[in-house]
Amino acid sequence: MSARRKVAGKVLHVGVLVFFTTVLAFPFFWMLIASFKQNIDLYTVENNPFKFNLPPTFEHIRFLFTQTRFVRWLGNTALVGAIVVAITLAIAVPAAYALARLTGRWGQRLGIAIFLTYLIPPTLLFIPLSRVVALLGLQDSIFSVVLVYPSMTIPFSIWLLMGFFKSIPKELEDAAMVDGLTRFGAFLKMVVPISVSGILTVVIFSFTLVTQEFVYALTFISPESNQMIGVGVPIFLVRGDVYYWGSLMAACLIASLPIGFIYNLFLDRFIAGFTVGSVK
Amino acid sequence: MAIVETRRLTKVFKQGELGAVNDVSLTTLEGEFLVFLGPSGSGKTTLLRMIAGLETPTSGEILIGGRVVNDLSPRERRIAMVFQSYALYPHLTVYKNIAFPLKAQGVPKADHRKKVEWAAGLLGIGRLLDRKPRELSGGERQRVALARAIVREPAVFLLDEPLSNLDAKLRASAREELERFHTSVGTTTIYVTHDQVEAMAMGDRIVVMNFGEVRQIGTPAEVYDDPADTFVATFLGSPPMNLVERDDVVVGFRPEHFFPVAVLAGRAAVPEPIRVADREGPYVPLSLRVGHEEYLGAERIVYGAIEGGAFHGRKVISRLSSTLTVRCEPGSVQAFAVTERHLKFYDRASGKRTAARPHTWQ
Amino acid sequence: MTGDRRRAAGTAPGWVLGTAMFAPSVLYIVLLIGVPFALAVLYAFSDARIGSTGLHFVGVENFRSILQSPSFRKALRNSIVFTLCAQLIVIVCSNILSIALEKPFRGRGFVRFLILLPWVAPVSLGTIGWKWILDSIYSVITWVLVALHLVKPFNAPMWLGEPHLAMASVILVHCWRLIPFSTVIMLAGRSAISKEIPEAAAIDGAGFWRTTFQINLPMMTPILSVAVLFGIIFTFTDMTVVYILTAGGPFDSTQTLPSLAFATGIAGSDLAAGAAISLFLVPVLVLVAYLMLRVAHRAEVV
Repeated sequence: MSARRKVAGKVLHVGVLVFFTTVLAFPFFWMLIASFKQNIDLYTVENNPFKFNLPPTFEHIRFLFTQTRFVRWLGNTALVGAIVVAITLAIAVPAAYALARLTGRWGQRLGIAIFLTYLIPPTLLFIPLSRVVALLGLQDSIFSVVLVYPSMTIPFSIWLLMGFFKSIPKELEDAAMVDGLTRFGAFLKMVVPISVSGILTVVIFSFTLVTQEFVYALTFISPESNQMIGVGVPIFLVRGDVYYWGSLMAACLIASLPIGFIYNLFLDRFIAGFTVGSVK
Repeated sequence: MAIVETRRLTKVFKQGELGAVNDVSLTTLEGEFLVFLGPSGSGKTTLLRMIAGLETPTSGEILIGGRVVNDLSPRERRIAMVFQSYALYPHLTVYKNIAFPLKAQGVPKADHRKKVEWAAGLLGIGRLLDRKPRELSGGERQRVALARAIVREPAVFLLDEPLSNLDAKLRASAREELERFHTSVGTTTIYVTHDQVEAMAMGDRIVVMNFGEVRQIGTPAEVYDDPADTFVATFLGSPPMNLVERDDVVVGFRPEHFFPVAVLAGRAAVPEPIRVADREGPYVPLSLRVGHEEYLGAERIVYGAIEGGAFHGRKVISRLSSTLTVRCEPGSVQAFAVTERHLKFYDRASGKRTAARPHTWQ
Repeated sequence: MTGDRRRAAGTAPGWVLGTAMFAPSVLYIVLLIGVPFALAVLYAFSDARIGSTGLHFVGVENFRSILQSPSFRKALRNSIVFTLCAQLIVIVCSNILSIALEKPFRGRGFVRFLILLPWVAPVSLGTIGWKWILDSIYSVITWVLVALHLVKPFNAPMWLGEPHLAMASVILVHCWRLIPFSTVIMLAGRSAISKEIPEAAAIDGAGFWRTTFQINLPMMTPILSVAVLFGIIFTFTDMTVVYILTAGGPFDSTQTLPSLAFATGIAGSDLAAGAAISLFLVPVLVLVAYLMLRVAHRAEVV
């Protein structure tokens, strides 16, 4: 391998990385700048958008937190997230355990069937569900989504946890039962504590799904004050036709980065969940 | 067919730490089956990979067929390699696996079939050409890996512990096949293993390595009967050589040279397997307090400790043919001995072989 | 006594307990996925509207009228075109990027974090960020092009206002979101290839390109398939990007099946028509599910 080819290879390598990193991360960098630019600066076409032609300002952020329902949306999102996570755990963890320990082909088949329900998108079900929600009197309430979101989180969580539980040796529970615990007791006291990382993954996944979701929230909830950040920020940070871009960008950044950061930490596990069975 | 030579070859992975390979200089003989033997971490695989071109040396030179190949890529060195896992391409048929090197090196397609069939014929896998690797047994996969290696008619073969993934039963027959293969093809071969039985059985010469250094290069007989230091002495042979220390000297003798006196003195019934030569010459008597015994069918291993004299209490092992009818009760003290000419002496500090010393043994 | 217990312990949970543990999830799935799905089919053949409680069977009337509607035909075409274009771009880009990220280098963790942002950030927020970047007047892209003298200042491209540009923008945002996802899956696939295989290829004489195209990529087919199939689902069934970026405009040029279903069913109050439109997603979903099962099955056999 000649030295020249090695250098060319390296340049290409760096070039590819720089290109993609720029394209993919640029919008967030852009959000950062727009959040702090004064409106006059922001809305003057001739100004170089990459610099602060006027000194940066906290006006947009102040506006966001005091004059809009942003804080309320954050609260709603957190509340809904917490409840949905609790429901998901309560339902998916035992189900995944039962499936993982089910011997024979049925366990595998049911697992795949459950995974496939994840493929049914909200954009197919949102119309009938809007009627169901109205019928139940949950229209416009945050409890409409509290009810519906677990239908999205439970299938994938079961799939994730199934793989996880399968990797825990049966001998552990057998030993616990020989020592006197019941089957369910062994599950609660032995298996669950060991599975903390798998359960944590489900928690993060469910929470991020709540923050990401758009269709159901848009369909079921109309009043601004009951909305969450996924819908609130793009839809309600406008007055008539005018977007408050500065505050909008600030809101995006504030909402995206922490969620993104946490999701990033657990990404390897999600990918493992997606690809289990396809990679040998 | 070519000679592989390394000159002061060194590979350091982390600055300031001991190198994986330190200052190794060796030369193969043409057409020989050379074994790199050593425990894991001894640097034998790193050495092989440097010869292959998969690792860059930190310093030193590698020559194949007389020319320096340090800057050449693996494909330019005209070597072939068989990996521990065989590294067969799982998505290609056996035929395509074997043909791949030809394709990669631009051999015209018209010649592929002839060469592949020749290589497959040499290894007896002609009927497997349409199968995929996952349908083959371990032994068959080895043969495909060898066919793929030989189809380019390389100058040197490199094998990295190809038998270690096979189960014990298969290993013996796979080993035999490798030996037969080498005899028929005759290419210079370098073979890496940690199994000293394999090394002894297959090698024309063995390079014994530890901590990145070459401890000894020699024929199986040389490294076994005349080990250059205590590492080589204990690494080869199972059970390992007995080593007992006193002052600045370590004395070694192999378990099979450590007999009940009665045998050496000719007073016990001695069946054929024991070489007559062992009974000749003066011997050194050592009393053995028997610890326990393992009966392995063809032989008995007696574990115990030396009783009395200068080496009292040192643990030793004796290896007796089962055809000997000497009884060794645990706890009893038996009169054992070693013929003097089988004693090896090593310097205690460096571990290296030193001259024979007369000793008082009592 | 201990022996008996041990024998019993080795089996699955007794079926009473097992069913009890499993039942709630089945109930949830049936009630909130199965029933709505059946309802969607029902509505498609009815005259359901928001606000009215009546429900009358109208046969295939809904389907007839939407199939004749030019909006629907555009939406169907767009859904397919956007999905295929996006997937093609994503496959190529994520392969290149995963090769670049394979070997460790200083700062790789940070680069990975940056690269993953489009996927991990909520889809609506990333999209609205792009809306600002693609704004007709204030677009930063326009500014750069003007500065490079490639575009006249008052002739700014209407990124979201001109039909073809709008379509390209939608595809761009989809790619932007999916490339990180695909790349991470590819990286997992690459790391699953034992490193001895590319070494054997190097010794056999294969260069970089041959090794990539004849050895690495074919070996990654199962995982590539998974990434592509998921990507298809995410693009084909998404309405968020279209809704926020262009609301289906200009003149329905970026309308897709899901966004049209929303516009018709919820905004237009015609639940029945909306349901009928969304049912056209089903054939693609079934196909994808079938292909995924095949990939999983083949992987098991290996």
